[in-house]
Amino acid sequence: MSAVIGQRIPKLDAPDKVTGRTVYGHDVKLPGMLHGRILYSQYAHARVLKVDVSRALKLPGVKAILTAADNPPTKFGYGKDNTPIKGDVVRSFRDEVAAVAAVDADTAAEALDLIEIEYEPLTPLFDVRQAMKDSAPLIHPERKSNLFQKYKYSHGDIEAGERESDVVVEADFELPYVAHAAMETSVVIASFDHRDHLTLYSTTQIPFLLQRDLAEALGIEGNDIRIIQTAIGGAFGRGLDIYPYEPIAALLARKAGKPVRISFSRHEEFLAAPMRQPAYIHARAGAKRDGKITFRDAYALLDVGAYISWGSVTPLVMMETTASLYRVPHVKFEADCVYTNNLITGAVRGYGNPQSTFYTETLMERLAQALNLDPVDFRLRNANIPNEETPQGLIITSCGLKECIEAVAARADAGSGKLDVGGNVSSHGSKSNLQSPISNLKRGIGFASTLNVGGGARIYKSDGCGATVKVDDFGHVSLITGSTEIGQGSETILAQIVAEVLGVKVEDINVLNSDTDVKPWDVGVHASRTTFIAGNAAHIAAMDARRQLFETASELLKAEPESLVARDGKIFVTDSDRSTDLAKVARSRHYRQGGKVILGEGWYDPPTKMVDKDTYKGNISATYGFGTQMAEVEVDTETGKVRVLRLVCANDVGRAINPMAVEGQIEGGAQMGLGYALTEELIVKEGRVMNPDFLDYRLFTSADMPQIESIIIETDDPQGPFGAKGVGEMGGTPTAAAIANAIHDATGVWLTQLPMTPERVLRALEEQRK
Amino acid sequence: MTQVLPQIFMAKKFHLTLNVNGEQKEVLIDPRRSLLDVLRNDLELRGAHRGCDSGDCGACTVILNGKAITSCMTLAADCDGDSVITVEGITPADGLHPVQKALVAEGGIQCGFCTTGIVMAAIALLESNPHPTEEDVRDGLAGNLCRCTGYKKIVDAVLAVNA
Repeated sequence: MSAVIGQRIPKLDAPDKVTGRTVYGHDVKLPGMLHGRILYSQYAHARVLKVDVSRALKLPGVKAILTAADNPPTKFGYGKDNTPIKGDVVRSFRDEVAAVAAVDADTAAEALDLIEIEYEPLTPLFDVRQAMKDSAPLIHPERKSNLFQKYKYSHGDIEAGERESDVVVEADFELPYVAHAAMETSVVIASFDHRDHLTLYSTTQIPFLLQRDLAEALGIEGNDIRIIQTAIGGAFGRGLDIYPYEPIAALLARKAGKPVRISFSRHEEFLAAPMRQPAYIHARAGAKRDGKITFRDAYALLDVGAYISWGSVTPLVMMETTASLYRVPHVKFEADCVYTNNLITGAVRGYGNPQSTFYTETLMERLAQALNLDPVDFRLRNANIPNEETPQGLIITSCGLKECIEAVAARADAGSGKLDVGGNVSSHGSKSNLQSPISNLKRGIGFASTLNVGGGARIYKSDGCGATVKVDDFGHVSLITGSTEIGQGSETILAQIVAEVLGVKVEDINVLNSDTDVKPWDVGVHASRTTFIAGNAAHIAAMDARRQLFETASELLKAEPESLVARDGKIFVTDSDRSTDLAKVARSRHYRQGGKVILGEGWYDPPTKMVDKDTYKGNISATYGFGTQMAEVEVDTETGKVRVLRLVCANDVGRAINPMAVEGQIEGGAQMGLGYALTEELIVKEGRVMNPDFLDYRLFTSADMPQIESIIIETDDPQGPFGAKGVGEMGGTPTAAAIANAIHDATGVWLTQLPMTPERVLRALEEQRK
Repeated sequence: MTQVLPQIFMAKKFHLTLNVNGEQKEVLIDPRRSLLDVLRNDLELRGAHRGCDSGDCGACTVILNGKAITSCMTLAADCDGDSVITVEGITPADGLHPVQKALVAEGGIQCGFCTTGIVMAAIALLESNPHPTEEDVRDGLAGNLCRCTGYKKIVDAVLAVNA
């Protein structure tokens, strides 16, 4: 057994974090740094007639004010429809209409109050269904339609699928805005040097793409921008695009001639960060009496907000779940992404998958009910299997879905141990065994599975990551990786991979991953890709470094390189005690004429392709992760309150390089999934966020959390580093569906709107009584 | 706590005397500042974090006169003559405090932004209840939000400290 791979090794960055030494963006202070604040629109849709900053400029301490007149000519963002400061028209309450840099935050805030703006209100569009109508006013008139993008996917023959079906189920679903709610709010510090080079301290997840996007937005060259990622206090998809505050900080810094920091207040974070978009979904599914699914058909109407960011691409993931979670012969999926005068929407952990898994897996449960089949058996009959290409073109290699379902079902049979279980358990924990003696407390269990990319996701032409491994004069190893630590533990996982190859201790590895001037290129931290993609790159670089070490060690040890092995910080001749240490080998290369450094190089770009732009088919990821959750709930039929008693989570992760870190992803994902299911909803009324704080936007606390039982299923992926595949997003994708299914098991009602608040549960129970 | 009179707000500066991590400090502060502001900006102690500035997240938790409080909701001028302990104050010169050690070992840390607040809340909890049940720990930390870990490993860590 390896001393490194598969071990519960604490995070390398944990000691600094636990002592408060870690430097986050909020901690960065540069000499002369000014505080930037943004003024947001007072209307959801209006013409801006006049902007008067004269009074604000006179306020002592104000160093620069930005208006639309300062905008560079290029539009930016995923949809190339955004500008730093909005000019003639504002299209949402989060639209930036001016920005100030001042000597301190109070002065900046005071200056915002002194800026006078005259608006002429325009008809706003808050309802995505209204925005779809031909008569609706245009939010971006140059685009001729509020429909930004339409997705149409199909495989098989949906009519044939329907004809074959013995049962068909269908439902309408309504899904809310959800916030990342990272504990650290967004922060950026922009600083120009005397050569007019910009250094940006940032919480971004895409440093290299941001370098390019920001250069374009500012009208400068990419190599004029250096991005330094500070320690990031949570991200969860928030930093996957360029957002206005980033060019605003840069423009303010340039105008003021001083470094400028913009750090969002929590209120601002709930308004201006790119939320998970709300969706209306109609979905149907059918099955045959033998328990085989026949078809799935879904339509999603997505409110992507006033400007386009990644919220408009989530249908790619929704269609993946719809088309390929379980083996479904006939599938149709369509989605419309529509502009409104609401918030910007973007990527939030799971990226479309929590939404699609909610409708897909609750329909699975309805089918099982309609067929009178055990929901576990029904899922097993339709589960994805290893080494099969799905009709969508996903090439599934390692696949532990059946194992996940079985592992979770086995725990369901065991019960929570808290319940007074009586009678015989015949099927998987049927509700009759679980009932509370108190009549208004109904208990039930529910299952849901998930499929998620686990080997990168080729949404850009490259899905690559670079790495270099350097061995220094003291035998210490530096891994310089393109990928980023956002809390998920990538630093430690990558160090484990390198440590295993070089036979050194994990703590002897220094991971450098935060500076675009230093680290090799990478697409970014998204799509659960880091362990697989950056892991493979680090593995390749470490192998290269080892080859160089062996080359020189073979001279020192007078042995063939093939006979050498690296372990315990040394290089041994196999089956002997002849050895030399890494430091000696490195020095031997440094202290000679014509010497060399030990510098291993790695680049990994998986053998995948972008989906076809018309059919949306293709193998987007090198491998896929699977998981199943079982929720046990107690529903109070008098108050509508749902309490989750247990959440059992099994995930096929290929191989757990660090089981403690894997559990951390599962447990943390579950916290987000539980919130999506039961409490989290950013309430947006007529374009305004009604609950922009943690008192009213409810995250699960330690006291709210049920028992989480993580089960790690290992399937040893053929392409993953040491067999590993990604797990970052799967922890929360099936949770809402598992809970909805459990609520149905407990009460007989179906919840189709998230979150499943007491009010909604009560309403459903009332409907049932009618 | 001293009685604070409204007129301190009229003063340009307030002379604050505060025992911070066992050291007597005297600072001239803007009387409107929160304890968190003074710790982070005037005293350069960045271990307490600003997550919400409204007392909802707990990332700014410090121990004031023996009690865990949210420093963002505490007026600094109100703490004149008081004693405050921050994460910097409980960290030994060499190694880690047992609560810190447990959080590292159990994997209760991911992005780390909430971590220092959790350390302080846990220390205060264990001070008043050295052998808490799991429920005690879950209730005791309910004022400290964490978005990364799902709390399980944090709770396990606190339970392990005096186990």
